[in-house]
Amino acid sequence: MSVNHIREPLLEVGWYRDNSSQSVYADWDFLIMINISTKIIIKRKEEIAMMKEELEKIREEAIEKISSSDALEKLNEIRVFYLGKKGKLKDVMKGMKDVAPEERPKVGELVNKTQKAIEEKLEETKKNLEKIALEKKLESEVIDVTLPAKKSKIGHRHPNTIALEEVERIFVGMGYEVVDGPEIEYDYYNFEALNIPDNHPAKDEQDTFYITDKILLRTQTSSVQVHEMEKGKLPIRMISPGRVFRSDEVDATHSPSFHQIEGLVIDKNVTFADLKGTLAQFARELFGEDTKVKFRPHHFPFTEPSAEVDVTCFKCHGKGCRMCKGSGWIEILGCGMVHPHVLEMSGIDPNEYKGFAFGVGLERIALLKYEIDDMRLLYENDIRFLKQF
Amino acid sequence: MNTPLSWIKAYVPDLDCTAREYTDAMTLTGTKVENFVNLDEDLEKIIVGKIEKIERHPDADKLIVCQVNIGSEVTQIVTGANNVKEGDLVPVVLDGGKVATDHDGKKVAGGTKIKKGKLRGVESNGMMCSIFELGSDTNMYPEAAEDGIYLFDDSVKPGDDAIAALGLRDSVFEYEITSNRVDCYSVIGIAREAAATFRKEFVPPVVKVNGNNENVNDYIKVEIEDKDLCKRYTARVVKNVKIGPSPWWMQRRLSASGIRPINNLVDITNYVMEEFGQPMHAYDLDLIEDKKIVVKRANDGEKYTTLDGQERNLDSNILMINDGKKPVGIAGIMGGENSMITDNVKDVLFEAACFDGTNIRLSSKRLGLRTDASAKFEKGLDPNNAILAMNRACQLIEELGVGEVVGGVVDIYDEEREPVRLKFEPEKINSLLGTDIDSDEMIKYFKKIDLLFDDATNEVVVPTFRQDLLCLADLAEEVARFYGYDKIPTSMPSSSEVTGKLSYEMLIDNIAKDVAEFSGFSQAMSYSFESPKVFDKLLLDKDDVLRNAIKISNPLGEDFSIMRTVSLNGILTSLATNYNRRNKEAKLYEMSNVYIPKALPLTELPDERMTFTLGMYGDGDFFTMKGVVEEFFEKVGMKDIVSYDSKSGKTFLHPGRQANIIYDGDVVGYIGELHPLVGINYDIKTRVYIAVIDMEMIYSKTSFDRKYVGIAKYPAVSRDISMVAKKEILVGEIEEVIRKRGGKLLEGYKLFDVYEGEQIEKGFKSVAYSITFRASDRTLSDEEVNKVMDKILNGLKDLGIELRG
Repeated sequence: MSVNHIREPLLEVGWYRDNSSQSVYADWDFLIMINISTKIIIKRKEEIAMMKEELEKIREEAIEKISSSDALEKLNEIRVFYLGKKGKLKDVMKGMKDVAPEERPKVGELVNKTQKAIEEKLEETKKNLEKIALEKKLESEVIDVTLPAKKSKIGHRHPNTIALEEVERIFVGMGYEVVDGPEIEYDYYNFEALNIPDNHPAKDEQDTFYITDKILLRTQTSSVQVHEMEKGKLPIRMISPGRVFRSDEVDATHSPSFHQIEGLVIDKNVTFADLKGTLAQFARELFGEDTKVKFRPHHFPFTEPSAEVDVTCFKCHGKGCRMCKGSGWIEILGCGMVHPHVLEMSGIDPNEYKGFAFGVGLERIALLKYEIDDMRLLYENDIRFLKQF
Repeated sequence: MNTPLSWIKAYVPDLDCTAREYTDAMTLTGTKVENFVNLDEDLEKIIVGKIEKIERHPDADKLIVCQVNIGSEVTQIVTGANNVKEGDLVPVVLDGGKVATDHDGKKVAGGTKIKKGKLRGVESNGMMCSIFELGSDTNMYPEAAEDGIYLFDDSVKPGDDAIAALGLRDSVFEYEITSNRVDCYSVIGIAREAAATFRKEFVPPVVKVNGNNENVNDYIKVEIEDKDLCKRYTARVVKNVKIGPSPWWMQRRLSASGIRPINNLVDITNYVMEEFGQPMHAYDLDLIEDKKIVVKRANDGEKYTTLDGQERNLDSNILMINDGKKPVGIAGIMGGENSMITDNVKDVLFEAACFDGTNIRLSSKRLGLRTDASAKFEKGLDPNNAILAMNRACQLIEELGVGEVVGGVVDIYDEEREPVRLKFEPEKINSLLGTDIDSDEMIKYFKKIDLLFDDATNEVVVPTFRQDLLCLADLAEEVARFYGYDKIPTSMPSSSEVTGKLSYEMLIDNIAKDVAEFSGFSQAMSYSFESPKVFDKLLLDKDDVLRNAIKISNPLGEDFSIMRTVSLNGILTSLATNYNRRNKEAKLYEMSNVYIPKALPLTELPDERMTFTLGMYGDGDFFTMKGVVEEFFEKVGMKDIVSYDSKSGKTFLHPGRQANIIYDGDVVGYIGELHPLVGINYDIKTRVYIAVIDMEMIYSKTSFDRKYVGIAKYPAVSRDISMVAKKEILVGEIEEVIRKRGGKLLEGYKLFDVYEGEQIEKGFKSVAYSITFRASDRTLSDEEVNKVMDKILNGLKDLGIELRG
């Protein structure tokens, strides 16, 4: 309670600041009220001294009581007893009118001081008690923090998608656009435009699912290369992830449906060195900073020169282990400079533009990265499997 | 293709490397070695011993005790073998040595250690070995005993390394030869690459035949009727053939290559096929009628018996070798029974031809007959190689004394294949590779692989065996291979006006995935093709358009034969898997295409529709699923009211618990509880909820335009109403009234109770809403709110709804 509040009870007893009227006489055993109109002014220094003493006594007593309080309710009782409307301080105040007007401010100050001291003590003790009470409460609220968490059971991305998104992140960061193409495709886009004419042995090797003579399930996402090149918007920097289909029976390492990510860059001054740099960067991002890459000559009908790329085994870091069959290397992708004939067929002048392309098997990456030992797990969708990703 | 290192070394005499070094180096120049086997793997301390004395074992009838001279000493060995006699030279594994087989005679990784010991009380210091214990078999060593100790001839002496004597100190490489490198399906081709790789001299065999004074044309005439399928046919005749075993070195090279030695004649043709990559065939000349060979297509429906005794069905696209009267062999694939060489053969007709690769491949596929010969022909051989191979075979006939080669060659070769000449542009090669290789260096690489450089014309002359080199990029690869792919620098493409990004549709798909996952669904993946039985499992009507599915003409089986038109089967099958594996609950989603044909059979590409499919059992209900759908819509900025039409008519869903999801007037998907009969079809015996969203309908309805609307300054007024409605009335209808009649002041409404049962008349339900009103510019007065509420209540009355007191 602030000092301001004290004024109100003072007003109630008719204490006014003009000098005109009141004086107070107070005795501690009884109170003598003297009518103001009698204008009897009593000046007794001893009495004032007594009042002072009395106030001092109240203060000491109150503070003593407050200090020994151990509950907030008791504090309230004390407050009422000393500071309330009918409290002890009020009683003292009533004697004010017997005090000579020139003495009144002194006495008033004294009363205020006493009140303030009690207030302060009350406040201090209250805070203290509250603090103790809070501490007690907190103590009683101790929990076993090792009890199980309450989770909102968030679902999980398929490992293929996790791997794909990692690959996408890397290439998007390098300025590649992610594009999509049809899964059911014309023979032309899947083979012919990629330098695989009719009767080319590669057509046989891939064991294509056909719908009609001319329409098939794409065997490679390379088909999207052709669509992108045909759009005629150069330069190109794209990757195209998606499903591809090959006539392989289902087993631990084969699936008739799997995913590839095709990459294509077409620009005026692209070189094989750029292809090497790009894929080395990709491998480091995907498999770790210390990953090394090895380019081996290979053959694909739609690239020349062509290469297969091995990365240092990320399990044994090149020392040789079961995963890399002791070689220290793991084959992860095929790539090469886009064959000039392929550029030509899609309406790009090979004398002006060059390009490189690469194809990554998504499942291969997912299986390797997450050490999944059976491809069938990817298509069973057992919650206990999916939960791990 | 398997080749032993020793055979490669025969043509690259300076080659000095380990099998591992060879493997790595060859792989880096493009001749990928898949793996290699050391033939002496697991064979240790095995030397030649001479049996000097044999005695019976004192205590065992089936054992004998041999005193064996192993060069340095005579040692005692006890054996149970019964094919040895005194004086025999045998392989002996000494104490501490190793053989390739276990005690049961099976080849075992790591081999088996041999220790000296006592056999029935008699000391034995080693073991005499059979060919199997030496890691091989009687196919590869026809002279070896099937059930006994291997016996050497007298070319070896006691103490010699028996492994070397058997030709097993060798490594065999298995290659992955790419389809463009037909020339590398031969020892010569690989040896040429090896010489270039290791920068050693390449010394191919010098082919030279003498021939006698006769003329082959007096023995045989050749006619090619179908020249489109036979570019070249060469023939020679060998007289007075003496069939016998081929020499040891030839047998060893063949056996190391995985080819079983048979007799000198057969072995020579096989040897030349391996060496030059050119299949050859030998006919018994006496069985060739009219002394004439005619190369022509067979007739449809004709039958012919090949030399393996099988009758084959021919057709008019199969090329046949005929004599004057009848077919004598299927060209390039297999000879006939009726012209087969027997041990009694006298005169032989050799054939080395060049048949059309594609035709051979397709014929061999139709016949279901793939042979070593057809496997080579189908790659498309160099016609110039045929004559080399022919002469090489005849040279070997002469050198090995197998017979008398008749002078001259029959060679029908109308259009000679010429070398390709390519302009040499080193700067372009460097700019393609990103290198700075000197042009002289490039020419050096070319020469190593027999590409000649014509200074006068500045052209690279490509020999005909390199059919894969047709343009500058091809030459660039040759340069890169021998410069070393690893030495080419690495750089990044120079920046270009491109931005990395995902397509808008992919972003929407990803949001759908996120919402599904935050709602507890995990991503599933299933095949795009499935069984047509799926339609019956889903109880689709006989004439349901979804049954119009695209059929794969050559599927892996009926279960994978149609492209899905409805996405549910994958999710339901996966849920069933989880259910049957006793996973208590499962929430799965899939983001994948369905394939809707525009017409059947397909004349153009079908409509591939990205479909977001959710399915769950265990925890949650219809409204859980509905929540996921609406959360997704909100996330992609579809903020209008989603409505649900329960007359969605899906046969596979619970008739009373299904709805089409309607947004902006379009059906964008459906939601519902699985029909219990469909559940039974999938073997799931619990309630399953699904939602299917046609993403192609969604993309155009999404929006990420966001505009801030000020946070309300004036207080809202809420009114709760409780009403009794007929059971059939949908809360959607009630809400529509609230929305329509609520006007501008309506801020929102919330259903807080639906109740049927006691205290409510049968056929009715109690529904309670809390409706909130607010104006943006003032505090609403009671009168204003009452006015709107009256409008709403009147509207509800029109639906026959009464307020509850």
